[in-house]
Amino acid sequence: MSAPLVDIRNVSHRFGQLPVLKNVSLAIEPGSYTILLGPSGSGKTTLLSILGGFVTPSEGKVFIRGVDCTAVPPAKRPTTTVFQDYALFPHMSVGGNVGFGLRMQGVDGATRAAKAREALALVGLAAAFDKKPHQLSGGQRQRVALARALVIEPAVLLLDEPLGALDLKLRRQMQDELKAIQKRVGTAFIHVTHDQEEAMALADHCVVMNDGRIEDEGSPERVYARPATRFSATFMGESTILAGSVTEARNGIVTASTAVGPISLPGASHAGAKVTLAIRPEHLVLGEAKGDVALGMAKIGDVVFQGSFKRVLAISTQDTALQFIAKAPASATVQAGDTIQVSCNVQDIILLAD
Amino acid sequence: MRAAIRLAAWVYAIAIYGFIFLPVIVLVLFSLQATSFPIPPFTGPSLRWYQAVLSDARLTSALLNSLLVAVLSSLASVTLGFLSAWGFARFVLPGSAILRGLITLPLTVSYLIIGMGLLVLFNWAGVPKSLLAAGIGHVVINLPLCFAIIYSQMGDHQINIERAARDLGAAEWKVLLMITVPVMAPAIFAGFFLSMTFSWDEFVISFLLTRFETTLPVEIWNLLRSGLNPKTNAVGSLVFAVSIVLVVLFELTLLRRKPA
Repeated sequence: MSAPLVDIRNVSHRFGQLPVLKNVSLAIEPGSYTILLGPSGSGKTTLLSILGGFVTPSEGKVFIRGVDCTAVPPAKRPTTTVFQDYALFPHMSVGGNVGFGLRMQGVDGATRAAKAREALALVGLAAAFDKKPHQLSGGQRQRVALARALVIEPAVLLLDEPLGALDLKLRRQMQDELKAIQKRVGTAFIHVTHDQEEAMALADHCVVMNDGRIEDEGSPERVYARPATRFSATFMGESTILAGSVTEARNGIVTASTAVGPISLPGASHAGAKVTLAIRPEHLVLGEAKGDVALGMAKIGDVVFQGSFKRVLAISTQDTALQFIAKAPASATVQAGDTIQVSCNVQDIILLAD
Repeated sequence: MRAAIRLAAWVYAIAIYGFIFLPVIVLVLFSLQATSFPIPPFTGPSLRWYQAVLSDARLTSALLNSLLVAVLSSLASVTLGFLSAWGFARFVLPGSAILRGLITLPLTVSYLIIGMGLLVLFNWAGVPKSLLAAGIGHVVINLPLCFAIIYSQMGDHQINIERAARDLGAAEWKVLLMITVPVMAPAIFAGFFLSMTFSWDEFVISFLLTRFETTLPVEIWNLLRSGLNPKTNAVGSLVFAVSIVLVVLFELTLLRRKPA
C-alpha cells in the first residue's frame, strides 16, 4: 500500500481550555475529493486550518507527501486554501489575484499572465482577467479564488465552506463544477461543509465529524446506507430512530425490545445492551403492512409536498416520543390526521450500538 | 406662532455660524486691505500684502520649515501608527487593552504639557532646540491619532486576505507592503492628512522646542508682537487656506465610499 498523500496522526487541539479536536487520525489519498462534514463546533474547520498551517495542533502530527508539516507555516507547505469569504485582494485585478502565488515564487510577468489566463479559463472566467474583484458576482469571485489557489499547483487544495455564501441554485451549479474541475486537475480536494447534500454529491470520501471526533468515514454511499453511529445516521440524511434494549443475541440474530414491540434483525450485540435502530425515510412503508417488520400504528402529523415526493411526519400511537419520518410517493393520498400502519423490511434497519 | 419659531430658528442658526466663521471672514477680508491698517473701512481688494508676505524671506523660510516638519512628522506618525495598529489588531498581546489605552492617552494631554515635558527631556538628553525637536513633538501628538484612525478601520475581514497572501507564499513583509498597506490606504492617507493639518498650525510645541529656524505659526506670533497689520492677516489667510485643503483631503480619503 502506497503512503497516503496526507496523513493526520492523533491530532488534538485546544483553544485555551476548550478541546476542539480529540485525537483525530485521517488519511487522504492522492486525487481524492474528501468532504469534512459536521455541524458548527464539530472541529471540521479547525482540522482544515491545521492542514493549511494556520493553526498548529496542541498534539499530534500532520504529514503531507510523507513530510512532517505539523509546524510548517502556510507559505512553505504544499497546500492552498479557498476561504469562505474568498479573501480576494480588493486592490488587484482578477489577473493580479490569480497570478499572486506565482509572483511570490518569482515567476516572470509574461509566464505569470499566461498561467493565470489558463487557470481562469479552467474555471470559465477567461474574460475577467482585467476586472476588479468588486465588479464580479459572488459565484464569479468564488471561481477566481479557486483559480488563484489552483494556479500554483498545490498537492492539496483546502476549501472552507466554499459554497456557503451562495444562493441554493448557484450552490448546486458550483457544486457540479467543483467536481468537474477536481476531476480535470486531479488535485486532492479537502472540502469543509455542514450541508449533507453537498457532501453526498461531491465526496469520494466522506468524513462525518461531531464534537471534535470523527464519527464515521467512508464512501458517501456506505456512510448513508450503513452509518456507523447514531449521529451520522441523523446528520447525513434523516432517520427514524427507535431506541431499544437487546433481549436476545444468538447466531448472528439480535432481538431488541422497542416501543413498538420486539424486532429481530441480523447483527452482533449482547443481551441487555442498549441499541438504536435507524430506518431511512425511503424505507418506511405506510399503509397496509407490506414490509416484513410491523412498526405499529401512527397518526400522521404533517405532510409536506416536495415535488417528487411527500415528506410525512407521523407519531406512533404506542409511544408518542417516537416520530416516524417517511418519504411517500407524490401520488400517495395520505393526509394529516389519518392513522395508518407503518412497516419496513428487516434488511433496511440499521443497528447502531449506543 | 409657527412663523415666529421658524424665524427664531433662522436667527439662531445665523448667529451661531456667524460666531464661528466671522473671525475667519474678517481675517481673510482685511488681508485684502489696500491700506496699512486691518480695520474698517475696507479699502481693497488688493493683493499687496500677499506680495509682501511672499517677498519676506523670514516668512517664506518659516513656511517651508512648516511644510517640511508637517510632511516628515506626519510620515513618521502614520508609519509608526500603522505598525502599532497592525500589531494590536493581529497579535494577542498581554494587557492589550491597557496598552491601547496608553498609546492613545497623549490625545487627552494638553500640548503645553507635552511641549514642556519634551523640553525638559531634550534638555537632559542634550538634544538642542531645533526643527527636529519640534518634529519629534509633532510625532508625539499625531502618532496616537494615526493609530486610532487606522486601528478603527482594521477589521477582521482583512485577516483572511492577509492569510490568503501568506498561504500563496508571501513573506510577512510582503504581506504588509503588498496587501495590508494598499487595503488600508484610505485610513493611512486620512491619518497622514489629519496629522499634516495638526502639525501645520501647531504653535505651543514649536514655540517651546525651536530657536533660530522656526515654523510659520511661531513666526506669525513674532510678527504679531509688533502689532496688527494686513500682512499678518495675509499670512494667516495662507495658513488657513492650507489647513482647509488638508482637511478636505482628509475627508475625501476617509469618507469616500469604498467599492463593495
